[in-house]
Amino acid sequence: MIIFIAIVLVLVVFGVIVATIYPRRAVSVALALVIIGSIAFHFWTPWWWTEVASNWGNIDDTIILTFWVTGAVFCAVCLFMSYCVWRFRYSEDRKSEYKPENSKLEWILTILTTLGVCALLAPGLIVWNKYVTVPEEAADIEVMAQQWYWNFRLPGADGILGLTDLRNITDENPFGINLDDPNGLDDILIEGDDLHILLNQSVKVNLRSIDVLHDFYIPQFRAKMDMVPGVVTYYWFTPIRTGDFEILCMEYCGTGHYAMRGRVLVDEQEDYEEWLSEQMTFEEMMASIDKTDLIQLALNKKGDN
Amino acid sequence: MKKKETIFQLLMQKPWDPAQAKIDNTHDGETLNLSKGKLGLRYIMVVSSIFFSLFIVTYSDRLVFADWQQMPEPLLLWFNTLILFISSAIFISTQTASKNNQFEKVKQKLLIIGYLALAFLLGQLFVWIQLINLGYYVSTNPANAYFYVFTALHGLHLIGGLVYWLMTIRKVWIPSDIVVANTKHTVELCAIYWHFLLAVWVVLFGLMLFS
Amino acid sequence: MTADSYEDIAANKGDVIPALEVPPQDLYHARSFWTRWIFCQDAKIIGIQYSITAIAIGLVALVLSWLMRLQLGFPELVPFIGAAEYYQFVTMHGMIMVIYLLTALFLGGFGNYLIPLMVGARDMVFPYVNMVSYWVYLLAVLVLVTSFFVPGGPTGAGWTLYPPQAITSGTPGGDGLGIILMLISLSIFVVGFTMGGLNYVITILQARTRGMTLMRMPLTVWGIFTATVLALFAFPALIVSCIMMTLDNLLGTSFFMPALVEFGEQSEYSGGSPILFQHLFWFFGHPEVYIVALPAFGIVSDLISVHARKNIFGYRMMVWAIVIIGALSFIVWAHHMYVAGMNPWFGFFFATTTLIIAVPTALKVYNWVITLWKANIRLTIPMLFALAFIVTFVNGGITGLFLGNVIVDVPLSDTYFVVAHFHMVMGIAPVLVVFGAIYHWFPLITGRFLHEGMGKFHFWVSFLGSYAIYFPMHYLGFVGVPRRYYEMYDSEYMTVSTNYLNQFITIVALIVGFTQLLFLYNIITSAKFGKKAGKNPWKACSLEWRTPEVPAGHGNFGKELPVVYRWAYDFNVPGAKEDFIPQDIAPNQVPEAEAEQT
Repeated sequence: MIIFIAIVLVLVVFGVIVATIYPRRAVSVALALVIIGSIAFHFWTPWWWTEVASNWGNIDDTIILTFWVTGAVFCAVCLFMSYCVWRFRYSEDRKSEYKPENSKLEWILTILTTLGVCALLAPGLIVWNKYVTVPEEAADIEVMAQQWYWNFRLPGADGILGLTDLRNITDENPFGINLDDPNGLDDILIEGDDLHILLNQSVKVNLRSIDVLHDFYIPQFRAKMDMVPGVVTYYWFTPIRTGDFEILCMEYCGTGHYAMRGRVLVDEQEDYEEWLSEQMTFEEMMASIDKTDLIQLALNKKGDN
Repeated sequence: MKKKETIFQLLMQKPWDPAQAKIDNTHDGETLNLSKGKLGLRYIMVVSSIFFSLFIVTYSDRLVFADWQQMPEPLLLWFNTLILFISSAIFISTQTASKNNQFEKVKQKLLIIGYLALAFLLGQLFVWIQLINLGYYVSTNPANAYFYVFTALHGLHLIGGLVYWLMTIRKVWIPSDIVVANTKHTVELCAIYWHFLLAVWVVLFGLMLFS
Repeated sequence: MTADSYEDIAANKGDVIPALEVPPQDLYHARSFWTRWIFCQDAKIIGIQYSITAIAIGLVALVLSWLMRLQLGFPELVPFIGAAEYYQFVTMHGMIMVIYLLTALFLGGFGNYLIPLMVGARDMVFPYVNMVSYWVYLLAVLVLVTSFFVPGGPTGAGWTLYPPQAITSGTPGGDGLGIILMLISLSIFVVGFTMGGLNYVITILQARTRGMTLMRMPLTVWGIFTATVLALFAFPALIVSCIMMTLDNLLGTSFFMPALVEFGEQSEYSGGSPILFQHLFWFFGHPEVYIVALPAFGIVSDLISVHARKNIFGYRMMVWAIVIIGALSFIVWAHHMYVAGMNPWFGFFFATTTLIIAVPTALKVYNWVITLWKANIRLTIPMLFALAFIVTFVNGGITGLFLGNVIVDVPLSDTYFVVAHFHMVMGIAPVLVVFGAIYHWFPLITGRFLHEGMGKFHFWVSFLGSYAIYFPMHYLGFVGVPRRYYEMYDSEYMTVSTNYLNQFITIVALIVGFTQLLFLYNIITSAKFGKKAGKNPWKACSLEWRTPEVPAGHGNFGKELPVVYRWAYDFNVPGAKEDFIPQDIAPNQVPEAEAEQT
């Protein structure tokens, strides 16, 4: 941080000195300093991405590549411009060149730019292909978002998430699990609490919302996707280090959007199993409700339909 | 100097080249062989077509879902469609009359078209009332929603057309005030717009019938 | 057939074409104060009306941005801004700036004033419709402003107005009049701009003066023309989505609304698709940003060439680039939806098209910069703004390449990286062009220069200040700071210094914001007391500077319309005495250089 402020000050002072000695060149120098300052900022910035905690470190690599290619263009174009402003400053006896076009140059530039673009696009699409192809061994979990907190559902012992329907959602059945579906009974439900996942186990995150758009994001995992009511979206990742991570909602969802936080903890096998054994399944949750209420609920539902 | 050049040819010209400059110097400043009014009408028809097309695309996407329930077709809708066809037919004979400078006939026919348009709009309103009485509300079902939206937007376009119709009939109202070329042009534009609205209605109605 | 060298051009002594006199009844004549200044059909007055309204509402949005920044940087100073108010400011700031300021200013303001003058027409082709278009725009603005005063306040759904949140109770204005008024205002705006767009396109196509081919038009006209064609095709998508959302809200239809549970209550909606809205909105929204950018591209080409005393390099390629960018802008829209939950295979397609559109855009940048090579650059204030435009636009365009590459967008979307990107490329770069354009054409409109000292101060603070605001902001995005967050309180993954950066940005934003007030003061006082400029003070070639009176009078060109003999960029033509030849000077009227010059 201190280094950063120091660099800014040095540049500003340098700029002012040069502008005073060469007032006619001030603009050119200022432009060059803006570029040099930007580069310096980039290399000494204290604000950089979080340490990656998932397998998506190759997204970071793609970003670095993009920085090199585009950074080169940025510097080349703007420093060239700064040079032109220095060299071709107005003078009464200068005659500028009259050259409406230079097809050869334009074609060369077009081809170079296209190559640059391909150099960015190709790796990017390769990684995107990985992103949309969920590996076989990924474990399913469901994240159910609502205004303004996070709920999670794990498939339980059978490894299959039960079917749900929005119309089933009641206070007693907040996830809307289909009572007829046997796979749903052993689903582990976590309402508004922390999620734990297992280290080195790839996870397919099934995303669901029951009201408006939300987005499930942990900066260290790099991956995100919106949840859209009426649709189930997904993404996958593999956590590669243990830790305690913050969940942020990344799609504006109303007045409480900024407060829609949560926590994800990546555990080693032992800790994970310990946490898992403490969680309630859907069946257990239902059992804790008064049986008569449940029957009444079912009757009411039949009456409505 | 009228142009049969394509966009490609136009944009490949080198304006600084002396040979090109000599040709360009005699250019009359118009790119297309159309009057301003015609071009303006085409502009509006393009915007309107895109507008309706977007609705049609979303409609086609929506109707594949299980909850789609077709609406009934009241006889009145067919009758209204007939009114539009008759209006277009009358407009064609109006244009012939206009070409032959028979502006008294033009005036009469325009009046008939005006009445027909009003009848159409009232007819559409009656269809709405019929359907609402039968319980087909706009919010019950997407098919209903689209029906009401299509008919409403088409009707609004017709009302806009009636504004232009008003301007057209004013030009033929008093025989001594008629500026011949100007009036013929306006009648022609009004006719084209009416045909356009008929085409839009045929597409919308047909789409709703066949889904 | 081409010339062997450009020296031949000066030697070409073509025929002089007789001018065309327009019969007097072709043009309306204003009689009273009301028809001369208020309900005026003269495109120049209409242009000024659009500009004043756009800038006025833009100032409202500017103040809203100060309030937003204060909340982010120094929340203790603004206890009256709660989450609801903050989101309302965010929404109104965004919508006003993009649509009611930038689009209206470039198309309605600059378009109306400059198009007839630059193509050599007396006025637009449908002056009455043109006049009505302004009043419709004003109505749209007024409807928008009313939403500030209704119960529940204006909508706080974000300028993107995504359903379902836009019309549910968890969003400010969602279950009240706020969102309805916004949708109505947008629909009225689209109607108004269809009427205006009609005029711009047809005037450019059909009402040019003798000798003015399409390729002899200045790039400003090309930019505004293509932008208007884009508006023609894109605005319908906006009005369709507004109509559908209004029906969803008022009549309970389910175009966009799926079944949902709103705070524990099952809704009546079912079967709608929020993603459909996003497709419709961005089908409009992406061309919209080019509707703002293309006129800026055109204008900056003219600013650079006039003030560098050199023809714009690669004029043909520039025209092609504008047209191609316009066409391609219709097939990139879903790059705003990479993480929206749409079919993943769309990601491949739209990433490719988005990165392809970078190529013609990059070419334009190269051409601007190559224009400066071997030029004769006057560092006037318009030129300064043009140079600043290049720096900020390249920066903003490059970050667009980051976001356009679908996988890179995954961590960066909805963070401050996106906010920094679109402000740099839509907010800073085109606005710098607006400033430069105002300094450039002020002598045309008022006959006076803007004050130079104030101008230089305005330039340096605006350029360096806004760069200092938005360049570091990208790095906030890398940290992962989300956008549309009312406050960030104590997030563990962020360093403490992130807050310092926020505060720094707020302070600079306030400084830059206040400097704009100085600019306004400059405009108002220089209009009356500025240094007199005379005719064509910048020695430009295009037709708007060739009117007999300055500012241009009724009918623009006096009794005879000009005849055009050359393209708009004859600067420093070899063999000519002066370093510029206006478009309407015939070849045999060009003053020749003395024999001893080489």
